[in-house]
Amino acid sequence: MSERDERPAPARRSDILAELEAETAREREEHRPPAGGPAYQVASTLVALAVGVTGAVLAYGYGLGTLRRPGAGLWPFVIAVVVVILSLLLLVLGRHLDDSEKFTRSSLLVLVGLVTFVGLGVLLPVIGFEIPALLLCVIWLRFLGGETWRSTIVISLVTVTAFYLLFLVGLRIPLPHLF
Amino acid sequence: MDISAFLDGFAVVTEPQNLFYCLLGVLIGMLIGVLPGLGPAATMAILLPIVYTVDPVSAVIMLAGIYYGAQYGGTITSVLLQLPGEASSVVTVFDGFALAKQGKAGTALGIAAIGSFVGATISIVGLTLLAPLVASWALDFGPPEYAALALLGVLLVATIGSGHTVKALIAATIGLLFATVGRDSFTNASRFTFDSLQLADGLDFVVVAMGLFGVGEILYNLEARYGKAHVPAKVANVWPSRKDMKQSSGAIGRGSLIGFFLGVLPGGGAVMASLAAYATEKRIAKEPERFGRGAIEGVAAPETANNAAATSSFIPLLTLGIPANASMAMLFAALLVLGVSPGPQLVEENPELFWGVINSMYIGNILLLILSIPLVGLFVRILRVRPAILAPITALITILGVYTINNSTFDIFVMIAFGVIGYLMKKTGFEPGPMVLAFVLGAILEDSVRRSLLIFDGDPTGFFTRPISGTILALFVLVVLFPIVGAIRTRRSARTATTDHSDREDSPR
Repeated sequence: MSERDERPAPARRSDILAELEAETAREREEHRPPAGGPAYQVASTLVALAVGVTGAVLAYGYGLGTLRRPGAGLWPFVIAVVVVILSLLLLVLGRHLDDSEKFTRSSLLVLVGLVTFVGLGVLLPVIGFEIPALLLCVIWLRFLGGETWRSTIVISLVTVTAFYLLFLVGLRIPLPHLF
Repeated sequence: MDISAFLDGFAVVTEPQNLFYCLLGVLIGMLIGVLPGLGPAATMAILLPIVYTVDPVSAVIMLAGIYYGAQYGGTITSVLLQLPGEASSVVTVFDGFALAKQGKAGTALGIAAIGSFVGATISIVGLTLLAPLVASWALDFGPPEYAALALLGVLLVATIGSGHTVKALIAATIGLLFATVGRDSFTNASRFTFDSLQLADGLDFVVVAMGLFGVGEILYNLEARYGKAHVPAKVANVWPSRKDMKQSSGAIGRGSLIGFFLGVLPGGGAVMASLAAYATEKRIAKEPERFGRGAIEGVAAPETANNAAATSSFIPLLTLGIPANASMAMLFAALLVLGVSPGPQLVEENPELFWGVINSMYIGNILLLILSIPLVGLFVRILRVRPAILAPITALITILGVYTINNSTFDIFVMIAFGVIGYLMKKTGFEPGPMVLAFVLGAILEDSVRRSLLIFDGDPTGFFTRPISGTILALFVLVVLFPIVGAIRTRRSARTATTDHSDREDSPR
């Protein structure tokens, strides 16, 4: 890496730590997608705000009581109000932060992964874990991971067999199973 | 300190079963440290269901091993591939990779392993001596002190951790809100359950943590294209020469101390310690320009400090019951599952667990030294394993693991829901760490606040007039004000600097 040599020498000694932090942050960003814009910041903050407002309204309904005799809603109400205040603060301060990440085409991989998670959850009590687990492995290895068919099949079979032996034979955990 | 209890702790650790789980823990820790993707907190979250099946002491020993083992493993990828396996090894990249390019990868790894071992061991000795003292001092703590301490813990984790402070605080407060779901223990009223029977008992923190950390991180990693496996540099002679040892001994000593003290602070932990130790070495070096070009101290200092800090961060958990970082929150959760409430009474009521876990770290670090010096070649070979192969395995461990807790598919869906929340938080710059920590502390915090209000007869000023809780809350206020004052000062100095900056721009570099 030649650009490291071109870094200007630190102007002040107290800046070393700050400089290091900036550099490590950059190092971590290298493998990530580009930052999302203000829309990402505002949208996420609005979600937090909505959580706060909903929480406050519901908590108010549970009864606040008094400080001497707090109702069930007092603590969650106070917390929810803090959420609202902080969210409003972030709405003002955080519009131009660059710590969000754009959703890109590869975010679709996450969606596929999520579907397989849900699928396993749905199928597990119905047909046992073996076939759904095998399907999950195949999808993740072949389509999400880009493995060859040969290694996909070998690794999937080995993994599911290992889980079968570990959970059902080794730990004797009553996992729903076919065989 | 109770010497016989301390020695009994060694008897606990050397039971074959506990030794096995100690080895298993540090091995898993090394592995996840070497492999990009899952961090220690996520791994601990994913493996939490194991505490339901294994002996409590063994389970905690294993989870602890994952945490400090990961600090060793993270070094290897930093040095060989310029890819830090853990956030606390990021600074090691600067000099570690430079050394590797000069063909001295072995030396860097060897010094890092020795530094890690020394730092961790010094820190365990500190932990051994200090923890019982802190615990006995904290025995008189009442609900107001716990409320103040928990509040400070949540705040510190949010402010010191990576990411924007306000965002971290929002994550933490929403975590506190999630903790109130279920039946209120004082009035028995249902809160935020939406008439669901499954939610009446509240959200299970193991399930929430597995979702936010485990599933969230698994989904997030699906998007990161790590691509093909890397071919690491050759690692020759790992044993450092006498000259290298002499050159880095100062860095190791200072790194141990910096790590120990920063690790005790809530929210401080390994990442801060590695940065601070590196900065210190660079500051006091006679030729600071060597740093970044392969200075052995630049590897020794952060690696020593991150291990010392990882170890000393057990102190607030084991003595006060306040987890200092996300990984400690996972241990906290494990202890709660086991019916052990971590806190000052732990050393008295569960000496076997307390000393068993602490002493397992002495052994674990010896195991890690063996794994990372003579056996380092094995882990270097693991770098060739493609991340894509491990992803479905971790996914399956998570789903099947969470199911086994209560044999409930409802838990799977709660976990997936929190996984989606965790993923979206990461995408929008919110750290899930403070949320999990606040969630774990939420019940204790609410309970202590309401008990305190009963003690004070409804007068909240009581928190400030009691000496210890008052001091802790004063610290709380300081922590809140400090960054605000700092921001104003930098803004002011930036304004004055813009004028002389424009002058400097013209001068040659």
